[in-house]
Amino acid sequence: MADVKKIATRESYGNALAELGNEYPDLVVLDADLAAATKTGIFKKAFPDRHIDCGIAESNMVGIAAGLAAAGKIPFVSSFAMFAAGRAFEQVRNSVGYPKLNVKIGATHAGISVGEDGATHQCCEDLALMRTIPGMVVMNPSDDIEAKAAVKAALDHQGPVYIRFGRLAVPVINDRPDYQFEIGRGVTLREGKDVTLIATGLEVAEALEAAGKLEKDGIDAKVINIHTLKPLDEDLVVAAAKETGKVVTIEEHSVIGGLGSAVCDCLSQKAPTKVLKIGVNDTYGESGPATELIKKYGLDSEGIYNKVKAFL
Amino acid sequence: MDTLALKKTANEVRKGIVTAVHSAKSGHPGGSLSAADILTYLYFEEMNIDPKDPKKKDRDRFVLSKGHIAPALYSTLANRGFFPAEDLKTLRHVGSYLQGHPDMKHIPGVDMSSGSLGQGGSAAVGMALAGKLDGADYRVYCLFGDGEIQEGQVWEAAMFAGARKLDNLVFIVDNNGLQIDGNIEDVCSPYPIADKFKAFNFNVIEIDAHDFEQIDAAFKKARQTKGQPTAIVAKSIKGKGVSFMENQAGWHGTAPNDEQFAQALADLDKIGESL
Repeated sequence: MADVKKIATRESYGNALAELGNEYPDLVVLDADLAAATKTGIFKKAFPDRHIDCGIAESNMVGIAAGLAAAGKIPFVSSFAMFAAGRAFEQVRNSVGYPKLNVKIGATHAGISVGEDGATHQCCEDLALMRTIPGMVVMNPSDDIEAKAAVKAALDHQGPVYIRFGRLAVPVINDRPDYQFEIGRGVTLREGKDVTLIATGLEVAEALEAAGKLEKDGIDAKVINIHTLKPLDEDLVVAAAKETGKVVTIEEHSVIGGLGSAVCDCLSQKAPTKVLKIGVNDTYGESGPATELIKKYGLDSEGIYNKVKAFL
Repeated sequence: MDTLALKKTANEVRKGIVTAVHSAKSGHPGGSLSAADILTYLYFEEMNIDPKDPKKKDRDRFVLSKGHIAPALYSTLANRGFFPAEDLKTLRHVGSYLQGHPDMKHIPGVDMSSGSLGQGGSAAVGMALAGKLDGADYRVYCLFGDGEIQEGQVWEAAMFAGARKLDNLVFIVDNNGLQIDGNIEDVCSPYPIADKFKAFNFNVIEIDAHDFEQIDAAFKKARQTKGQPTAIVAKSIKGKGVSFMENQAGWHGTAPNDEQFAQALADLDKIGESL
């Protein structure tokens, strides 16, 4: 996929905010001294009066967003996933989730693909944390086009939303005229009868590549993109499990509490199916170039291919 | 300002507090009673609010950061006509809208859900910021406990408010000197409180929390102060008005039994008669 266009979804986030600023006059964007990294700086350039830098105080930033929302604004809160979902978890739960305030959280630098900064900054727990909050919509877009669509969908949704964005440039895989985005609606990207690969975020592109490798071995893999972990598209997941009999979940996140757990929660009740969860295995990350880490942790297409082969 | 009327109302608010907490068989009477005069002043004198239109856009906002004194806020709102005073007896009961801590989704007049200490200040700052962004002239008030300001988030909010010169914002500290584990100085002293807020670029006013003349002067001065948020450090008596609860840390989070409840009402009736 060398000639495929690549864009980091954090970049898409910043661009989407700037593009939507005029259409949504109540949109305000908050950052915690990371505007250059989260890319909200792009919005700041276009709408300097509606960009609020809160300084390095994420808990306070989330609380300020709650107050802004209570007064009618639509705040997008931005920081690294570690701090937005991790440090400010209780503020998100009590000041945003419980009162069901219209706050959107744009969390960048999620997962091990943060790269060189290492384990302290590689949040592999954010999706798990955010999924536990009642009423929270949790999204993890796979590419530039989906990331922008998710930002717009979040602005149109009344209530709290968490969106996960990445630092690493990832292939654009949704560039097609009939592309549609709907919160809670999974997308079948490839039909197959032997196994279903359910992926999210930057792992969707890797899953598609892995499916291509499996095809060469005569294995026909269905590939589903779950951009919304909550609410999960249970109908799609159940139908795929019944159709292929075996399911593999793939995420750049802990295997505890993320996509794999969401899929297992659903299937254990509605269609008991053997599931292989591919993700970060209850461990911390480490420093290194993002693509090398993804390979080392078995989250590249080759790693997925090998694990699926062993599973089948 | 009709000081006598405010004193009488505050006394009714206190009766509502002990009635609610007694009925719930749990709750926080001590800090509720210490804040009753400030809350009465805010809702009966200071704030632009309308019980018939609790969500009106240009209203002044109040955030109870020390959310555990919900009985005081509820009793004030009920006395002001936001909902029937009779409902106070449903506090903390299963199915009641009067939750143990303020719930903005279900309680008329509650502008922010709160209760996890330290978080209300940030929400108040957000409301004040929204007012500035919109060029609206409403004001925002936030009440903290003096133990609560041990939470670091309070100072994150204060730093932001001071830096942004949010002069439409008033932080109030109910300085009753006691927290669950005892005297605030023995637990982890937040003193000097006034100096701390001054360092964060606040206009600081120190008052007696039970003197309506001082309360009135403080809020008027806050209104006149431009380019700075105001912090009112209000020296209060925990359990104020109920003789056996005054200055007793043990009454922070304990409900009176039937006998104690009768005594508390008798104390407050006596105060009412003396006014």
